[in-house]
Amino acid sequence: MNAESLNRVRTAEHDRQSGLTDRIMCCSVAGCLSAGGGAVRAAIQREVGEQGKEATIEVCGTGCMGLCSRGPLVRSAAADLVYAEVKPDDAGALLRHDHSRFEGRLLAPDHPFYIQQRRIILANSGRTDPERIADYISQGGYQALLRTVTELTPDAILAEVKMSGLRGRGGAGYPTGLKWELVARNPSALKYVVCNADEGDPGAFMNRSVLEGDPHRVLEGMAIAGFAVGAQQGYIYARGESPLAIARIKTAIEQARREGLIGGRVLDSSFQFQIDLRIGAGAYVCGEETALIASIEGKRGQPVPRPPYPPEAGLWGHPTLINNVETFANIPTIIEMGGASFASIGAPTSPGTKVFALAGRVERTGLVEVPIGTSLRTILFDIGGGVPAGHEFKAAQTGGPAGGCIPAQYLDLPMDYDSLSRIGTMMGSGGLIVMDSSSCMVDLARFFMEFCMDESCGKCIPCRAGTVQLHEILCRMTRGEGRESDFTLLAELSGLLRETSLCGLGLSAPNPILSTLRHFRQEYDAHVRKRRCPAGHCQIPPLKEHAA
Amino acid sequence: MSVRTLEIDGRTVTALEGQTIFAAAWDSGIQIPRLCHLGGLTDPGACRICSVEIEGQKKLQPSCLTKVAEDMVVRTNTDALKSHRKLIVELLLAERNHVCSVCVLDGACELQDLASALGVDHVRFKPQYPKFEVDISHARFGLDPNRCILCTRCVRVCDEIEGAHTWDVAGRGRNSRVILDLDESWGESESCTGCGKCVQVCPTGALFLKDKTVAEMRKDRSFLRYIVTAREKKLWISK
Repeated sequence: MNAESLNRVRTAEHDRQSGLTDRIMCCSVAGCLSAGGGAVRAAIQREVGEQGKEATIEVCGTGCMGLCSRGPLVRSAAADLVYAEVKPDDAGALLRHDHSRFEGRLLAPDHPFYIQQRRIILANSGRTDPERIADYISQGGYQALLRTVTELTPDAILAEVKMSGLRGRGGAGYPTGLKWELVARNPSALKYVVCNADEGDPGAFMNRSVLEGDPHRVLEGMAIAGFAVGAQQGYIYARGESPLAIARIKTAIEQARREGLIGGRVLDSSFQFQIDLRIGAGAYVCGEETALIASIEGKRGQPVPRPPYPPEAGLWGHPTLINNVETFANIPTIIEMGGASFASIGAPTSPGTKVFALAGRVERTGLVEVPIGTSLRTILFDIGGGVPAGHEFKAAQTGGPAGGCIPAQYLDLPMDYDSLSRIGTMMGSGGLIVMDSSSCMVDLARFFMEFCMDESCGKCIPCRAGTVQLHEILCRMTRGEGRESDFTLLAELSGLLRETSLCGLGLSAPNPILSTLRHFRQEYDAHVRKRRCPAGHCQIPPLKEHAA
Repeated sequence: MSVRTLEIDGRTVTALEGQTIFAAAWDSGIQIPRLCHLGGLTDPGACRICSVEIEGQKKLQPSCLTKVAEDMVVRTNTDALKSHRKLIVELLLAERNHVCSVCVLDGACELQDLASALGVDHVRFKPQYPKFEVDISHARFGLDPNRCILCTRCVRVCDEIEGAHTWDVAGRGRNSRVILDLDESWGESESCTGCGKCVQVCPTGALFLKDKTVAEMRKDRSFLRYIVTAREKKLWISK
């Protein structure tokens, strides 16, 4: 494919779509499918068939429209409306746009859930079919790659990415431009680009949704990265637990290869870039970059000490650029709009948008994308609809098992990398778990420690044995058997893990404990000293009276 | 080869470029405690016992992997490091069944020596008492995973020195254990050459010789220096 044929596909798809009276976009990512989205789509398809309107109404799948708690979601492109909690027998009414049947189940673009969102990563979700490459191209897809290989130099791309101020979306927030430059400046002839899609935080499904809903955006971002840093081979490392995402990536790679958008001659230029898929076997630690590299190499998925860092010596010892799914998904937009205009979105020190997976004790759970720096209050109360009636907001956990909690007094804090780390938590990859007055913070710490204990690879002693003992102490506390001396042990062990662990898993495993101790010490005291769980969550048996 | 001058524990030390802090300290008589490191084998940086403080660096660094640099200031035995080491040994003692009185390596065990050198006189953590199966199917050697600290010296010596790669690690976290081949019993392992190097490098009583009493069971690692020198310098030194 070249510039001409890319534009031909684009025009043809536009013509095809303008010949339709409506496109019924059925959410086809895991959340809505598990809520019965498949049957809904089949019913609508059947209804269209019975009405003989196959030529004018297209029924197709699409990416995540966000409000997962009210799935299955279906969007009518003509009406620009999202229908929630659609059942198969709603098909007729939906096609007639009989809104009386959808009382309270209609989401217009000005619905509180949508109005404060800004969609860059999820721009195509609800608008394109992830399994049709022409649909992505019709929305301007692969134009950034075309510009890259025909007009731009690697240096120009590095400059744009640096100017955009984009920071790694995997959690640590390292400036993407600097990372790219490190790889680009390395004189090695053989380099790799790796997309880290091993998203494993409990309650987080941002990357999975992007891959299921708009896989070509990630492929395009990776190809641009390959051009900028001088790599000819890319790998997507995906979780084995996301079979749908894997299927969509496979389809997308095949399509892009067939159309000449990746492969031997990208868009008829001299640039070659292959992308292959590697599937993990379910280890959380493989999201850590050195463990991920070991896993791609076919070794046991264990981290190795850094330095050397992957930009210096990564996959098979060659310079390797590793970025998160969401980081790559930002790249086409940055090339299209220019680094400077991208930098004007979001917070000055962390430009762009961030996708959060809203979960836990909140009315509307699902995926939201907001400019970085949006306050937690806006995300939870305006977009998320607040905590369930009769309860009070207590805290929100960000960064999953590596992060910490944000208590109520920081509700107005802007959600950006620096503000979050100042109060002892982190942006993380985007998991946002909401707790209310019925949630116990000691039990929350216990839950995350159990996760870290199960996911520790076992290589270094502090993490392997330390998480077991930290979990033991927290279990003791939630059973009402905690001792005063346990506070010392918690502090000592947390310090050991944070200072001596080999990789990020162990280094950050104590964070949920330290953060809940910092903001909710009184709950720990109540468990240990009064044998009482203030939230009423932990089952603490009353003390047995001693027989006289 | 150029020389680097640095300071370790207040002493000025010269070291070869590319040498690790651990080796440079050892050469000048400063012995940094360690468990997974063994001269002649690659370093996984797994036990974290040899971590040291380097001035100007926020994070502790494993001395077995960190290379010396000019004017580096290293501290190997601060109070914070000592308490970290004690805690790691305490964790190890609680993790598996380290009962010295019934162990064939009593009196010659590196974990025992380290615990007494660091003054670990009691363990504050709940003992886990795992029940791993003991493998005594081999004619001469035995494996008791309940005494294993997962230093992976056996895995490395078998792969790097003997070239058999019989050993590996299976499972993860606290369920990690060393296995032979595809988790077969030692007696049935087809790749094991029976050389016994793994037994000699094992720091605890996890790998042992079957026909030795507590008084006789001593581990001899002189073969490592002999083989590694021959391989790297093409020089046969006498044992």
